[in-house]
Amino acid sequence: MDRTAPERIRRRFVIGNLLERWLPKLVVSPLFAASLVFVYGFIAWTIYISFTKSGVLPDYTLVGLSQYLRLWSTPRWYVALQNLLVFSSLFIGGCMIVGMLLAILLDQRIRAEGAIRTIYLYPMALSFIVTGTAWKWILNPTLGIETFVRGLGYPDFSFDWLVDPHFAIYTVVIAGVWQSSGYVMALFLAGLRSVDDEIVRAAAIDGAGPVRTYATIILPIVRPVFLSAIIVLAHISIKSYDLVVALTGGGPGYATDLPATFMYAYAFQRSELGLAAASAVMMLMTVMAIIVPYLYSELRGRRR
Amino acid sequence: MSRKGIVRRRGAGQAALRLLLYAVLVLFCLVYLLPLVIMVSTSLKSLGEIRTGSLISLPTQVSLDAWLKAWGTACVGVRCKGIAPYMWNSVLMVVPAVLISTLLGAVNGYALTKWRFRGADVIFALMLFGAFIPFQIVLLPMARTLGLFGLAGTTWGLVLVHTVYGLAFTTLFFRNFFVSVSDGIVQAAKIDGAGFFPIFFKLMLPMAVPTIVVTVIWQFTNIWNDFLFGSAFTVGDSNPVTVALNNIVATSTGVKEYNVDMAAAIIAGLPTLAVYVLAGNYFVRGLAAGAVKG
Repeated sequence: MDRTAPERIRRRFVIGNLLERWLPKLVVSPLFAASLVFVYGFIAWTIYISFTKSGVLPDYTLVGLSQYLRLWSTPRWYVALQNLLVFSSLFIGGCMIVGMLLAILLDQRIRAEGAIRTIYLYPMALSFIVTGTAWKWILNPTLGIETFVRGLGYPDFSFDWLVDPHFAIYTVVIAGVWQSSGYVMALFLAGLRSVDDEIVRAAAIDGAGPVRTYATIILPIVRPVFLSAIIVLAHISIKSYDLVVALTGGGPGYATDLPATFMYAYAFQRSELGLAAASAVMMLMTVMAIIVPYLYSELRGRRR
Repeated sequence: MSRKGIVRRRGAGQAALRLLLYAVLVLFCLVYLLPLVIMVSTSLKSLGEIRTGSLISLPTQVSLDAWLKAWGTACVGVRCKGIAPYMWNSVLMVVPAVLISTLLGAVNGYALTKWRFRGADVIFALMLFGAFIPFQIVLLPMARTLGLFGLAGTTWGLVLVHTVYGLAFTTLFFRNFFVSVSDGIVQAAKIDGAGFFPIFFKLMLPMAVPTIVVTVIWQFTNIWNDFLFGSAFTVGDSNPVTVALNNIVATSTGVKEYNVDMAAAIIAGLPTLAVYVLAGNYFVRGLAAGAVKG
């Protein structure tokens, strides 16, 4: 077939154009495919396994809800859930109170504010496997605070929560609040900085004291920060793994197990794949129950 | 920074209040710094001094022995080469994983915002979901997949894992940045005949430098500090440093050398601490961007 030159050039241009038009999709699709496989495909696989009788090895025979029934009749699972409840409520509460307090205090035209902020936030930059080494030592009765205070002349002082099955979970809370409260501080400080100075000045002219100004005027304005901080903290607490491993290793016994350590123990130490998968599915459902409504309202709110 | 401040009237009462304010702030500083101070001071003591001294006493005789031992000869399991080989493992894992996930996230965020096609928003939403899942839900299939591809227990396996699960975050960071860039610039470049990649590399990436820094720091900190994937997917020699450190600290055989534990912990934490001290503002920006993501 014979073509004139301009026609050929135009043809080449069209092909080039076509490629250009497809290029964005060509770039995105392998990444999207990877996320379909590694996120959605893997979730589906785990959900499927949770309905099978898999033990040490995956076994694709479906057995209905029996892994879930086993999970919910495992005492250790109840310990993990109870700990999650205690840990997450105290952790979220503690981080919110400390973080908010620090943000308000730092918002008072403080000298060396930058340096102080850096100190409050540095635990977030370090793995808790690292800082847990120190915490383990501080909380250890024979090495840390207990011995230290006894040495100060209080021989009856006792602080052995770390090795007490009933109290060990509270040491995890202490360390968790230490690690994450700076984050809440940073979120709130950014929120407080965005409040219009005029509003604050007007309140001062009206004779409102500092406490009232914050309680009735400024904090209501930064209300969205509360919500996102609580969501983030809830998310952190459900996923908490390093914290427990580094501090107590889940012990004494399994007294400080959280769902994350429970799942790991059953998956990699006891090789009960079906049960481990069922516990992972429970974790995913908990996270989704918190995140999905939040994301939905965030995305919808932004579109408006 | 802020000219606001509630405490503003002058007077003796006011001065006392400000003194109290600073006292509280400094007290909290001490609480936050305490674990770090204890780590550093204990790592510089000898074992004898640890036994006789108290928790917060400073070393009377500074000794670097614990540091040398932690670095070169401390035992992790049965392997007594110190923490150095595991630091190297972490470096070999973190560098490719950060570079690849950041680059892919940048192209992805750019394609999804500046070359909008039908379904782009849905694709982004579906990919973003990966940032929220508890990773326990993918541990079992991932372990099998890595085994299937012969990547089980290798550093490259961890690179793959961190790249795949980091993509949701890096895409989020870059998408949020590119959304704020005016479409007009890209349109003009297109009319001038520039294509997808030339616009990306010559026009978009130079504008995105702050976002690149935020993303790299975010990814570096998260991947270096990762413990869950490292302990699930590697054994012994291929452990990243966080897992090796935990093995050193958690071991209960022989005499417990607390000074060596502390020195090893500081060494393992030094890279992310250094990044934080040098580029803290970018770290905070990443945290703020991550607040939406969780």
